[in-house]
Amino acid sequence: MSNLSINRIIDTAFKYAGIFCTFLGLALLALFIGDILIDGFHRIDWDFLTNLPSRRAEKAGILTAWTGTAWILGLTSIIAIPLGVAAGIYLQEYGKKNRLASFVEVNIANLAGVPSILYGLLGLEIFGRVLHLGGSLLAGAFTLSLLILPIIIVATREALKAVPNSLREASYGMGATKWQTIWLQILPAASGGVLTGIILALSRAVGETAPLIVIGALAYVPFVATSPMDEFTVMPMQIFNWVSRPQHEFLVNGAAAIIILLVITFAMNGIAIYLRNKWQKKVNW
Amino acid sequence: MSFKLNMIAPILGFLIVASCGPKSSTDDSKSMTGEIKIDGSSTVYPITEAIAEEFRIGQPNVKVTVGVSGTGGGFKKFGRGETDINNASRPIKESEAADCSANNLKYHEVKVAFDGLAVLVNKENTWVDHFTVEELKKIWEPAAQGTVKKWSQIRNGWPDEEFHLYGPGVASGTYDYFTEVIVGKSGSSRGDYTASEDDNVLVQGIQGDKSAIGFFGLAYYEENKDKLKLVGVDNGTGPVLPSFETVKSGTYAPLSRPVFIYVTDAAAKKPEVTAFVTFYLKNASALVTDVGYIPLPDEEYQKGLTSFNEFATKQ
Repeated sequence: MSNLSINRIIDTAFKYAGIFCTFLGLALLALFIGDILIDGFHRIDWDFLTNLPSRRAEKAGILTAWTGTAWILGLTSIIAIPLGVAAGIYLQEYGKKNRLASFVEVNIANLAGVPSILYGLLGLEIFGRVLHLGGSLLAGAFTLSLLILPIIIVATREALKAVPNSLREASYGMGATKWQTIWLQILPAASGGVLTGIILALSRAVGETAPLIVIGALAYVPFVATSPMDEFTVMPMQIFNWVSRPQHEFLVNGAAAIIILLVITFAMNGIAIYLRNKWQKKVNW
Repeated sequence: MSFKLNMIAPILGFLIVASCGPKSSTDDSKSMTGEIKIDGSSTVYPITEAIAEEFRIGQPNVKVTVGVSGTGGGFKKFGRGETDINNASRPIKESEAADCSANNLKYHEVKVAFDGLAVLVNKENTWVDHFTVEELKKIWEPAAQGTVKKWSQIRNGWPDEEFHLYGPGVASGTYDYFTEVIVGKSGSSRGDYTASEDDNVLVQGIQGDKSAIGFFGLAYYEENKDKLKLVGVDNGTGPVLPSFETVKSGTYAPLSRPVFIYVTDAAAKKPEVTAFVTFYLKNASALVTDVGYIPLPDEEYQKGLTSFNEFATKQ
């Protein structure tokens, strides 16, 4: 056989291997979602979203769980987005490229890989005990902010890096200051990437359980939080609690809650994709 | 083009939604307020949840929260005075009691229910009729690891095939209790078994493995009766199957255990906590059954209430 035909066979083989890998992932996802939908979809109604937790599976709802998740998301956004984006801007636009900078850079990359439970232990000690926030929403939000900060910083830097230098030079050429250049030119041009990073980071925060269990998120909370100092529960905690109960009806509740959590994360990912496409069309260079 | 802040409005929108919720009513007859913080065992959790749910109907302005850090994790917080009540699936350990006294906390133990540990095998297992306590020890003790592997080693006449073990993870109070009464030392067993903190995983494991032996809380068997074979345990007086009656009467020994709540003296000073514990003991009998556990005899609840009241009035 000639070299050419061997190469062609390898080429085709690789193509089919690639197709197989793609569809394996998709098929497993479809199987998982289908299974969850069959188990839980019939359980979802208005009462399920507005009822408090209960020992009777058919009366139990996820009101405190989803409002807790919404609170955590909101507070985490307020804390992590400004910090993460500002740090990313500094490192990319202002920071000197010296040894200290590469040291910081390596450490941020490492932080992104630290197991989430360690952030929980850190949060329990610093926010829970030293700052006396206990098991409050604020302690949870600070802990999750630490968890997603590295992701936001890295995403911001990557987005800023992708903005061509000609844009910066043109802006300086027009007499703009560095601040004006960043705020009016670079940041808008990079917004799609920055927002995508932020939303993917928040999607990760939505699904986290381990660090919140450590700082003291609860399983039974019969009231909707009205201040950031209130105690709380979140969707993954409620799901975990339900699927480990013996009664089959609670497993159904768990499946239904998983569907709601999936809807939340899919919606957030959808927003990320929408924003990215929108900005990509607007910005031409 | 400017950086548009309204693009993050969807995220901030969650915050606004979060701050809206039902306002609690202010009825004069339901005048008690305050917070009761409960944490601890996930085994006791369903009971305390049921009590908290019913308590809330009478006292909607008392904020009762229940966590599931596990008996040991809960006692750590309890010993620091961070919680009012700890759910416990075993009695407090000396080291945990020492933590309490180091922080000048006295505590009171209240027995609230019984839980049975069921020993199970696969539905297709035809040879096992019961285990003696010695046989269970032979299977689970640390020395069995790597040496006791086959059914024939447990009892003569059983098949010369390997068995597989399933049980709760080493962090659970259930594991502590089982090893204490079967092996003789709490927390000591062989390590080569399939462990899961989620008993539903153990149910599935034993259901799908013909050579399985496992143990977990009786409530999980009650929900999966058609999938598993329950095995009686012989403590020298003949094999006994765990059931509502045999656990309550104590004839299913040694694998039936009491579960507890612990209350600190600081908490017992608060009227809402004494009201809660009183409500707990007065309604436990019905609610414990409701969530799949076995209630104490009525006079035990009465005794528990009297001794708790003595503890509370001393504070």
